[in-house]
Amino acid sequence: MVLPTNLKHVATIEEYNDILKNNENVMICCGRMGPMCVPVYDVMEELQEEYSHVEFRDMLFDNPHAQIIRSLPEARGFMGLPFTIYYKNGKVVAATSSIQNREQITEILDREFN
Amino acid sequence: MEQKKYDVIILGGGPAGLTAGIYLARGKAKTLILDTATIGGQMILTYQIANYPGVEKISGYQLSAIMKKQATTFGCEIVSNIKINSLGLDSPVKKVTVNNKITYTAPAVIIATGGRSRMLNVPGEPEFKGRGISYCATCDGDFFQDKEIIVVGGGNSALEEAVALTKYAGKITIVHEFDHFQAFEHAVTEAKNNPKISFIMESHIVEFLGDESLKAVKIKNLKTGKINKMNTDGAFIFVGYEANTHQLKDTGLELNKWQEVVADENMNTNLKGVVVAGDSRAKRYRQVTTAVADGTIAALSVLEYLNS
Repeated sequence: MVLPTNLKHVATIEEYNDILKNNENVMICCGRMGPMCVPVYDVMEELQEEYSHVEFRDMLFDNPHAQIIRSLPEARGFMGLPFTIYYKNGKVVAATSSIQNREQITEILDREFN
Repeated sequence: MEQKKYDVIILGGGPAGLTAGIYLARGKAKTLILDTATIGGQMILTYQIANYPGVEKISGYQLSAIMKKQATTFGCEIVSNIKINSLGLDSPVKKVTVNNKITYTAPAVIIATGGRSRMLNVPGEPEFKGRGISYCATCDGDFFQDKEIIVVGGGNSALEEAVALTKYAGKITIVHEFDHFQAFEHAVTEAKNNPKISFIMESHIVEFLGDESLKAVKIKNLKTGKINKMNTDGAFIFVGYEANTHQLKDTGLELNKWQEVVADENMNTNLKGVVVAGDSRAKRYRQVTTAVADGTIAALSVLEYLNS
């Protein structure tokens, strides 16, 4: 169960753990193909080249394995798709709920991963 | 500052801008579409479009992807998610500076910046976006299973989405600023007949309150001036649309009192070489089909201008 985007996906908890273990900087956007989610995937796709030190992934919100993201303490109180989580060395360093624009995303990437 | 020359720059990559891009690129004009967000504009806000002739049913996302592909296949260049730093529209050579590093120039510009959902602009609104405040019922409705929520607005979107949200929420209060609704009668009747929906009329939301998520709203009665606090788990805001023209204010372009661009039937504005298309134009009806029509006319007007 993955999203029909051009991004690389996260399909299982095992894959999620591997990605966090093997990459220093990770951004995962967990959502559906809705109007608040698509713009975030679009920005991530565009940033992949410029931010080659960041691993960009998406995950289908309705995939049962996405429970790992839905139940993060940092996502407590989140009631808007997508849930976007930023990880440094496997630890959550930032999390946002609902649509974000390029400026808001790069502000977090520059702050946390540079 | 890097400079790049085009025949036409289109500001906005919604259906109006993409259509203009298709026509201009096919007409062999060197064309660039610039968008401050995702290509597709408000089309991507629509889950399903069923009134676009020739296509039975399609998502807004898919339709914009097809239009984008058509435009780029004909040679139109597209740059999305940019930030516009300055706009020069009143001289023969138009200039658009983006991301503080590139200035695009062209003898003609098409304004296709579209519209956007209006926000309430009250304290707490940005903080609780995604934490109880939503602008999309289909996206976020299922977070409010059996919860008590409010819907703000009195147009078709507000009333139809309130009814749709009764699938999830236990109780919905519609808060509206007037003593009557702007929505069509059938939408009003459907909302009034729904036992889960109640109404607070002639009232404004003045503040959103909470901790890690929205917990309450302050509502001001516009007749008495009295402010009441009401507990709520969520707030869906549907208070209409506004033209995306805030960056056009000091360019010399004529805007009406709603900040929409004024143009003639060929989409020509008061500035030579500047035409407008789509939802940012002063007009009555705003649909994907009308945006596409505007985009076509704008492109043909620009081709004529470039050849004159």
